[in-house]
Amino acid sequence: MLTNAEQSAEPIKYKSEVKGLSFYYDAFNALKNINMVLHDKKITALIGPSGCGKSTFLRCFNRMHDLYPGNRYEGQIMLYPDDVNILSPDVDPIEVRMRISMVFQKPNPFPKSIYENVAYGLRVRGVKQRAILDERVETALRNAALWDEVKDRLHELAFNLSGGQQQRLCIARALATDPEILLFDEPTSALDPIATASIEELIADLKSKVTILIVTHNMQQAARVSDYTAYMYLGELIEFDVTDTIFIKPKNKQTEDYITGRFG
Amino acid sequence: MKDINNLDEIRKIIGRHKRWDLMFMIAGIIALMIAVLTFIALFAQMVIDGMPRLTWSFFTSFPSRHPEMAGILSAWVGTTLVMLVTAASAVPLGIASGVYLEEYAPKNWFTEIIEINVTNLAGVPSIIYGLLALGLFVYQLSLGQSILAAGLALALLILPVVIVATREAIRSIPVTIREGAYALGATKWQTVSDHLLPYSAAGILTGVIIGLARAIGETAPIITIGALTFIAFLPPSPVAEEFPYVSFEWLSAPFTVMPIQMFNWVSRPEEAFQLNAAAAGLVLVVMTLAMNGLAIYLRYRMRKNIKW
Repeated sequence: MLTNAEQSAEPIKYKSEVKGLSFYYDAFNALKNINMVLHDKKITALIGPSGCGKSTFLRCFNRMHDLYPGNRYEGQIMLYPDDVNILSPDVDPIEVRMRISMVFQKPNPFPKSIYENVAYGLRVRGVKQRAILDERVETALRNAALWDEVKDRLHELAFNLSGGQQQRLCIARALATDPEILLFDEPTSALDPIATASIEELIADLKSKVTILIVTHNMQQAARVSDYTAYMYLGELIEFDVTDTIFIKPKNKQTEDYITGRFG
Repeated sequence: MKDINNLDEIRKIIGRHKRWDLMFMIAGIIALMIAVLTFIALFAQMVIDGMPRLTWSFFTSFPSRHPEMAGILSAWVGTTLVMLVTAASAVPLGIASGVYLEEYAPKNWFTEIIEINVTNLAGVPSIIYGLLALGLFVYQLSLGQSILAAGLALALLILPVVIVATREAIRSIPVTIREGAYALGATKWQTVSDHLLPYSAAGILTGVIIGLARAIGETAPIITIGALTFIAFLPPSPVAEEFPYVSFEWLSAPFTVMPIQMFNWVSRPEEAFQLNAAAAGLVLVVMTLAMNGLAIYLRYRMRKNIKW
């Protein structure tokens, strides 16, 4: 927890606050009473062994679980500054997904052109004017550090790009609609080390524009890119703190065992 | 006790096992040859008998009492029009049902029963569809013994094929693509119309064409409905001279189709009519093969841009 001194030095801005979140796949309790915050325009990493619920947790933020029957949320995820609980049944999951974008584990471009991939989120929102689409697509591709590589072949199929380029295209697609939070679900696990490095660099750059929550199975990655880190185990949040604290002197023995590689 | 580490022994064992490989291969080739050679023999016989009759006038003449003057004009026009009705009704119904079952329907016992039934419908004998169409379309809905009634009957017949093909084509789209669309804030319909349908079009089209290729050769339901076996006039033209320039009168016209024309000729005692039947059969086989070829080509063309 942050001290009073820190709070007075600089007003702490939360983008989101998770309050008592539990999640069930039918009868299976996948997330147990999670409480944490997302700091505005910071990168928060979720780490933990396979099956600990970190992807499940991430997918609560854009109500992805609503796509499948038998899933149930308890508790709240508050979105600030408008103070709305995005898990509330009164909130349309489509509205949540329009505000909170997601980048998946495996690059998943649509079998369409590069341009149409990036423009899709805008098209869903009914944007039709060519000039606006062109401008937003270019901005998104620039922000995803892909513009220079693809500006001469915007109308070629996205499948012709390399794996790392495809993932940056997916980031551009997620950025095109100016999301408030960007979710990354192990975005580099399908990529080679060089592509991974470029994606990590990109994520670090994006921090100035958007709040980021990233799931990673790679602890070095969490240490390199994130400001805050949460360690999860068996559906529970074991420890959440500033990344340096988690990696240098974790308070919890379990976290320390995982970080130092004695477990997991 | 054999020494299983002895190299000679190992070679003997491998040799024995390989003999089984060879024997199965021979058995497989024989089984395949029985099927292929039978088809080739039938087809060759049909070509030999029918080829001399395949002249331009064979396609432009009505049936006749004189075998050398008889042709298949009314039959191929009838088949084409019936297929049009079949495609126009089975395609939208089948795709809509497939999409609904795959994307919209809640997963409960009720939809499960529907799903099992749809799959089983594909195995119902075609004459049953003929009886259903006779009762429902011809009498109950008073469509008469018309092209419309026949087209709808065949549409019922191939509906399960189209539904199953649609579902399988949609199911083959990776879940990450679907989630990618939803994650950008797309509604169900946007996901279906912008992604699922375009990406599964090749598979759906293949199913439709295979269904039509089956329907084109169907005889039983058409006879049940009451297609004519001898018809010496064409249905009214779909193009009208006055506004609105299209006419749907042909839908209620009496008709015949290729397999019925063949059946009629085969049942005649004169040898010459048998040759006509062979020629008509050849045309029908070529039509079916052409449709299957088209399905393969379209599948190849449309899948070229999709890699998963």
